[in-house]
Amino acid sequence: MNRQLTQDGRLRHLLTLDGLPRAIITQILDTAESFMDVGEREVKKVPLLRGKSIFNLFFEPSTRTRTTFEIAAKRLSADVVNLNIATSSQTKGEAILDTVDNLSAMHADMFIVRHSQSGAAHFIAQHVAPHISVVNAGDGRHAHPTQGLLDMFTIRRFKGEFHNLTVAIVGDVLHSRVARSQIHALTTLGVPEVRVIGPKTLLPTGVEQMGVKVFHDMEAGLRGCDVVIMLRLQNERMKGARLPSAQEYFKFFGLTPEKLALAKPDAIVMHPGPMNRGVEIASEVADGPQSVILPQVTYGIAVRMAVMAMLAGTGNA
Amino acid sequence: MHASLPDANTLIARLADAIAPTLTPDTLIVGIHTGGVWVAERLHGLLQCAQPLGTLDISFYRDDFSRIGLHPQVKPSNLPFDLEGRAILLVDDVLHTGRTVRAAMNELFDYGRPASIRLAVLVDRGGHELPIRPDFAGLTITVPDHQNINLSRLDDGHLTLSLA
Repeated sequence: MNRQLTQDGRLRHLLTLDGLPRAIITQILDTAESFMDVGEREVKKVPLLRGKSIFNLFFEPSTRTRTTFEIAAKRLSADVVNLNIATSSQTKGEAILDTVDNLSAMHADMFIVRHSQSGAAHFIAQHVAPHISVVNAGDGRHAHPTQGLLDMFTIRRFKGEFHNLTVAIVGDVLHSRVARSQIHALTTLGVPEVRVIGPKTLLPTGVEQMGVKVFHDMEAGLRGCDVVIMLRLQNERMKGARLPSAQEYFKFFGLTPEKLALAKPDAIVMHPGPMNRGVEIASEVADGPQSVILPQVTYGIAVRMAVMAMLAGTGNA
Repeated sequence: MHASLPDANTLIARLADAIAPTLTPDTLIVGIHTGGVWVAERLHGLLQCAQPLGTLDISFYRDDFSRIGLHPQVKPSNLPFDLEGRAILLVDDVLHTGRTVRAAMNELFDYGRPASIRLAVLVDRGGHELPIRPDFAGLTITVPDHQNINLSRLDDGHLTLSLA
């Protein structure tokens, strides 16, 4: 039973990449490809979602994700309303479902939800009327599916295929919803070797069960990789002392040109942003020739357009 | 019924003959995916057009999107020229309701303001629902609404029309 799909197998909500069929992921990537040129046109819009109202419900602050969702919705001609609820009615104690009910009464067609609690988007998706779609824009440590999809889009653009790749995800996997979404997508798309690299304190116990190889040594883990994905060190989530210091973290797990040289010569370097320069990644690498970090941001718009167009086209929204 | 339709290549040649005297050197030929692109490719060759060929996928402009959703295989539109102030020859395989042509014109205008758009179709089958008529038609016939005319391309590139 997959709440994300309609009975005839089309996308109904986008909540997680866990269990999302390969055909749907591929369809999203293909659709995103055809949206790529909209940003180059004289009129950077297509009329697909004209007359639809999309609400960005951000219960947790975000600049890049919220902005790219907003641009994506506007390029589809939707009307977009941004709500930074962390600073509005939630502080007055309004329950999350009351907020949703109120916005539904304003004839919302789609909710883009970011929340610090895992499962928040699922919770809203269970509650909304049948014509409303929900996109998870990050929930706690659980999932960030559009980030995972844009990462897959980036890898496909630079590497062409998935079946011959070795991909390393480096850093704070424990707190990372991005890493979980990436691992689900990479394995679904048939990447034969997915590695996670990090100190024991920042890798979830049992992460091997997700089908990844675990390394605690950066040198060994990076050897022969085609794609190196650096994760943001989640300072704000870090409760207690999991790490001695940012400097020591950089020494062992920061990506420097010397460590990157162990990967394949044509390896690409990715990062979901925002970066902590000098903590998980050296500026020489972040701004270097192998970095595709800024293309990731551009591709994020096309991927989010694809997701919203597919959701709105299921005959519901 | 299949045999009663003329050969597609004959129709394309007829269409090219009709277009040739009116074609200015700066005219841009634009085909609509998928069948319209096949016809446009042929016309582009027969008319020895020196401009690059444009292609349009109108999936993002369809007026039935909210009912039937996004076509699963959207191809990128490719207009490798600035169409501002240019003469456009828009090409499709079959003109039926006119909704595809309406969508194509909307899409063209999102790229710029052409000086003119003329429409060439292989078959005008009637059943128009919009005030859109072809400037050039290889064949004009009346086909009942429940039937479809399809253009298909064989592996060797041969184009055939069929009625179903």
